[in-house]
Amino acid sequence: MEKHVVVIYPHPDDESFGCAGTITKFREQGVPVTYLCGTLGEMGRNMGSPAFANRETLPEIRKKELLAACKVLDIEVEMLGYRDKTIEFEDEKKVALHLKEILERIKPTLVITHYPGYAVHPDHNALGKAAIEAVRLMDEKTRPTVWAQAISKDYPDVLGKPDVVHDVADYMDKKIEAIFCHKSQAQGVLGQHRHLLKEDKSLQEITKERLGKEMFYIWKFA
Amino acid sequence: MKPINLAEVQSELEKYINREVYLHLETTNGAYASHFNDKAYNVGAYIRNAKVTFNQAKIVGDGNSYRVGLKMELGWIYAEGLTDWEIYNSKLLLAGHDREGRLMVACQISDTPFS
Repeated sequence: MEKHVVVIYPHPDDESFGCAGTITKFREQGVPVTYLCGTLGEMGRNMGSPAFANRETLPEIRKKELLAACKVLDIEVEMLGYRDKTIEFEDEKKVALHLKEILERIKPTLVITHYPGYAVHPDHNALGKAAIEAVRLMDEKTRPTVWAQAISKDYPDVLGKPDVVHDVADYMDKKIEAIFCHKSQAQGVLGQHRHLLKEDKSLQEITKERLGKEMFYIWKFA
Repeated sequence: MKPINLAEVQSELEKYINREVYLHLETTNGAYASHFNDKAYNVGAYIRNAKVTFNQAKIVGDGNSYRVGLKMELGWIYAEGLTDWEIYNSKLLLAGHDREGRLMVACQISDTPFS
């Protein structure tokens, strides 16, 4: 069993959309989970539907949403203080060392992050890359396993079948509750998924259909 | 934010004429545009806390969507597709939202830097 799981994603809501089911499964087993959230999603374009945030109030609103979601998921959260959309322009080594320092403090047995190059958003790719580099720099004997999550449409063709496939149907209520803590984002994000469906469905149904599986690749360090 | 009222925004803009002010100018269609639609492109640009001085300011539009042009000594600041406005912490915020409430463009002016 894992001793401690650390999730490293860049935006408030990545944890809920990406791996709320997996997190819930670990929490039910009594495994502590810490979310290292890279930014406050300051540059998001979803402002609520109808809009209730503006460019200047969005960070504070998303911070509150993040704390609410982490409470629902019963996990610790640390905010890393980077700015939305800028992680790929930071010094890669510096970000990796920053993450390494935190990982050496928390001592997780498993790190979940995005699969660099296959995670669509530049922040996902950059923070995923830095997280994997951070783990690579750790002592080989004590370093955690890394699960990397891909999002791009082409990833199954290029990367093959994911090593870890979680059907999170049993944890869907919790996942939906966590997603909807992100009030400014949930409708906008799920609305984009709706356009890909043939028939009109409720946001809850869309979540079940489109986000019912959480899949990861176990990172192989050379 | 509330729908733009041309006269009110015009008078707010004029308060900043011939003063050194901080500008946030942005346009975006999101980081997922081409992920959800093969035919779409990801396009966006922003500048935050540019120190500028303009000597003319004008908002023009048809009641649904507005354009703002700010004339500087050596150039222009321009934003199109603005729909809503607000004074927030003594800063003038102008933004354009799509029908789902997503931000497409923002033009914000302040006497003090944006955080």
